[in-house]
Amino acid sequence: MKKTFRILLAILAVAGIFAGCGKKDSKNTLTILNYGKYMEPEVLELFEEETGIKVEYEEYITPENMYTKYKAGAIDYDLICTSDYMIEKLIKEEEVCEMDFSAIPLSEQLDQTYFDFSKSFDPENKYTLPYFFGTVGILYNRELVDESKVDSWDILWDETYSGKIIMADSVRDSFMVAQKRLGFSLNSTDEEELRAAQNLLIQQKPLVYSYLVDEAQDEMIAENAAMAVVYSGEAGLALEYNDKLAFSVPKEGSNMWIDSWFIPKRAKHIENAEKFLNFLCRKDIAMMNFDYVYYATPNTQVKDALDPELQENSTIFPPKETLDNCEVLKSLDDNATMKYNLYWKEIKSAD
Amino acid sequence: MRNLKRQLLAGPYLLWMAGFILLPLIVILYYAFTTTGGNFTFLNVSSITFSVHFKALILSLKLALICTLICLVLSYPLAMILNNMKAKSQNFIVFIFILPMWMNFMLRILAWRMLLSNHGVINSLLDTIGLPRLDILNTPTAVVFCMVYDFLPFMILPIYNSMARISSDVIEAARDLGANSITIFFKVIVPLTLSGVLSGIIMVFVPALTSFAVSDLLGGGKVLLIGNVIEQAFMQEYNWNLGSGLSFVLMIFVIASMALMNSWGDENGAGVW
Repeated sequence: MKKTFRILLAILAVAGIFAGCGKKDSKNTLTILNYGKYMEPEVLELFEEETGIKVEYEEYITPENMYTKYKAGAIDYDLICTSDYMIEKLIKEEEVCEMDFSAIPLSEQLDQTYFDFSKSFDPENKYTLPYFFGTVGILYNRELVDESKVDSWDILWDETYSGKIIMADSVRDSFMVAQKRLGFSLNSTDEEELRAAQNLLIQQKPLVYSYLVDEAQDEMIAENAAMAVVYSGEAGLALEYNDKLAFSVPKEGSNMWIDSWFIPKRAKHIENAEKFLNFLCRKDIAMMNFDYVYYATPNTQVKDALDPELQENSTIFPPKETLDNCEVLKSLDDNATMKYNLYWKEIKSAD
Repeated sequence: MRNLKRQLLAGPYLLWMAGFILLPLIVILYYAFTTTGGNFTFLNVSSITFSVHFKALILSLKLALICTLICLVLSYPLAMILNNMKAKSQNFIVFIFILPMWMNFMLRILAWRMLLSNHGVINSLLDTIGLPRLDILNTPTAVVFCMVYDFLPFMILPIYNSMARISSDVIEAARDLGANSITIFFKVIVPLTLSGVLSGIIMVFVPALTSFAVSDLLGGGKVLLIGNVIEQAFMQEYNWNLGSGLSFVLMIFVIASMALMNSWGDENGAGVW
């Protein structure tokens, strides 16, 4: 009995340590959660210098990781940046605060087009502020690939490139490729359509060199593979390092994604978050971030100030025809999400 | 009084055990047997029979077994050679075996990724001297290879330790009684090093069975082990219940393998733990 009591006491003591975390309402801080390598570090320093607000900055890899981190609830984030379908999911779960755009006057500089695109997950533009956007396509090595064929997803099933294809190690992105090749919507929840897409991906597996997310870019720069399914922004950066590389968004259509900022329900420093968002929209700061991240920015002032050549770069700034051909990922209900996850695991364990 | 003092010394560890071993175990058990809504269910645990999960478990067991076997075959003769060296060079060789462990094992796996890649050092070298290429990256072979590389010291050290403990008198006595080298090896050295072999087997088999980082980085996402399924359940699917259920099953396998080794060790009069 005595022993049990002692153990219980120990458990309580440890639990007490954890319960004490994260309550810093009175302090002048700002806690940010963002994708990895998605902000120029100097921007944070400048913000701290100018406002005296202490920034705590954290990173994550995939939107699903972000969701896990946020839901674990150990830290009360004030500001989070993530992708379209994940924001939609959080809005549905009532985890997002409405944004007071009057406190972010510089948001006027953002192109209205991208607010319109955002309506697919934030119908009234109440909750989010666009940060960067882009598409998904094929990054390929011009010396190894027949360029006349990269305008179609079919090339990813071409046996000439066996062992030289990198697919996305992410459920929705890989399914998107198969769905678009079959002419389905990338938000399909139809059993037969999903099975068809799954079969196509299983069929493709023997040709695949590896399934990667962030490392795909490095492998392509090192010329370890001929083709990779990547985000347009990463392709833009890869092109800078190896001029044999090129990028194409296939004609069957693709995914257009928007990463946006939102203020979660549990935020403790909303005013600081708004100040930071306004700061991010400022021309010099947005320019610094663009130079660092190299993704398409919705900030018109930044885009207008770039070299005309860079403005015309269709890898970084997808042309309107490409975007019109793209779909935005929607959040799926639990049942459909489970189906996608299960089918994806079956692909991964297939021989 | 003295007794109390001694108990107090164990206090920090007891606290550690309660907070970081016992409490998490209870949490895992709770999640394993409940649905996302908090109702009791067996589904998370029984989902190991789903073909995907079962396949991943079998592959994990297979790779872990192969890895353990290779480690054993490499380590035993090595430990013997080591044991027969002069004391000074023994220390140096042991030091060399431990040296790689100074560096984080993730970094070492990443280094292997670079070395084995299509245009990596090894393939470029093989190409220039006209030998066939080594295309094992992103296959189970690469995963086993790297697991062996990572866990080899955990097999060598216990075997070497148990071998070093055999007094030379014992060997001499056996020789005096007319045993030849082969008899000495099988009747004296093998039984006396069995405890080392068994703890080596457990120290290699258990981490190999539960690993997911190696298969993630060197399997190119094409080798799905049970560890990867669990990681995905936690990090990607936000299904802690499923992840805990499968972890529970994996724990049973770990405990079973340890119990098996233990009982075998007991029969031979040499407990491992």
